[in-house]
Amino acid sequence: MYNFEYHQAKSVAEASELSLKTEEGKLMAGGMTLIPTLKQRLAKPSDIIDLGKIAELKGIKKEGNTIVIGAMTRHFDVAYSDIVKSAIPALAHLAGHIGDPHVRNRGTMGGSIANSDPAADYPAGVVALNATLTTNKRTIKADDFFKGLFETALEPGEILTQVAFNIPDKAWYMKFPNPASRYAVVGAFVAKFGSEVRVAITGAGSYVFRQKAFEAALTKSFTPEAIKDIVQPQDALNSDIHASAEYRAHLVNVMARRAVAHANTL
Amino acid sequence: MPTVTITVNGKPETREVENRTLLVQFLRESIGLTGTHVGCDTSQCGACVVHIDGYSAKSCTMLATQVNGSNVKTIEGLADGDKLHPMQEAFRENHGLQCGFCTPGMVMSAVYLLEVNKKPNEQEIRSWLEGNICRCTGYHNIVKAIAACADAMAKA
Repeated sequence: MYNFEYHQAKSVAEASELSLKTEEGKLMAGGMTLIPTLKQRLAKPSDIIDLGKIAELKGIKKEGNTIVIGAMTRHFDVAYSDIVKSAIPALAHLAGHIGDPHVRNRGTMGGSIANSDPAADYPAGVVALNATLTTNKRTIKADDFFKGLFETALEPGEILTQVAFNIPDKAWYMKFPNPASRYAVVGAFVAKFGSEVRVAITGAGSYVFRQKAFEAALTKSFTPEAIKDIVQPQDALNSDIHASAEYRAHLVNVMARRAVAHANTL
Repeated sequence: MPTVTITVNGKPETREVENRTLLVQFLRESIGLTGTHVGCDTSQCGACVVHIDGYSAKSCTMLATQVNGSNVKTIEGLADGDKLHPMQEAFRENHGLQCGFCTPGMVMSAVYLLEVNKKPNEQEIRSWLEGNICRCTGYHNIVKAIAACADAMAKA
């Protein structure tokens, strides 16, 4: 690992200022992606700005018809939260299946979302639950947040502070995990709000996307059979040592069907 | 270089570290506690699992500076003098190891599992061990050891 300057930020304002002031400063949430990246010398930040001790960024609460989660809330806390488990069990399930127990004890929701890893689980929940993301500067709708491979709408000095997830009538998340890393080879988050259905797919493309053909069919009939014959196009999908684009396209349909089937049992 | 004070197995340890010093390097190289192992270097194998302020974490994926002021428990801090922790005893009784390399992480992980879930079933134990890789035993005796420890602790 290359060396760097280390700062333990006491507030969001201080962290934002430091990230703008330093030459190539990098914000660190739980570090579950950043530290392995540094260990392999795949990144060389001049400074690490640690968000770990900012208490205002942690916590889970119910506000109206949303569940609001602070960006630095750990996966463990979301997975075991009674508030999340009763309002959006699919989200607790998602958080409880990221990586492994030790990763979930350190990794944070905000870190996962702000990184926009193509195989991360949280982006699927954010998009399917039509969440509203709050930063130290503004609020951003889920559909406008993820911009590409490791790219989001966040600007320099902008820090994700909390995410408000809409409570759906029914929802579930189903993923086909990589057997070693537990990252999603493909993950499908399906959510039903009244007559509207949203389907977000992670792992398959360069970043999370909505499967609008599935959404249209599921709006008419919220059953696995409704999407059985809809083919996911392969052209924009990832192809790597873990899975070919053809296989991923197949999994998109299978994971979405299983998610719908399970959502209907809740 | 920054100075950190980390309480390791109840004893405050103050050392100079580099910003890039990993917690596992601090434990093994600065303090000399080599029971915590480094297996994979890619944050997947779990041989380096310790407890930070009561919860399990991979000490190869944390900076020593991040845990400045925290309480860390390692495998060396588990036994009470010559008396093994019930989890260590259960691993011994059930032969939950072969080469022993993954064992410190397995034991620390299992101890935390029983704090979260006092009576895990076999499936819950196996799914918990996703973060700990053993290349010798096929996990069978490890799972047996953890279940036996849960039983023993419930009776105690």
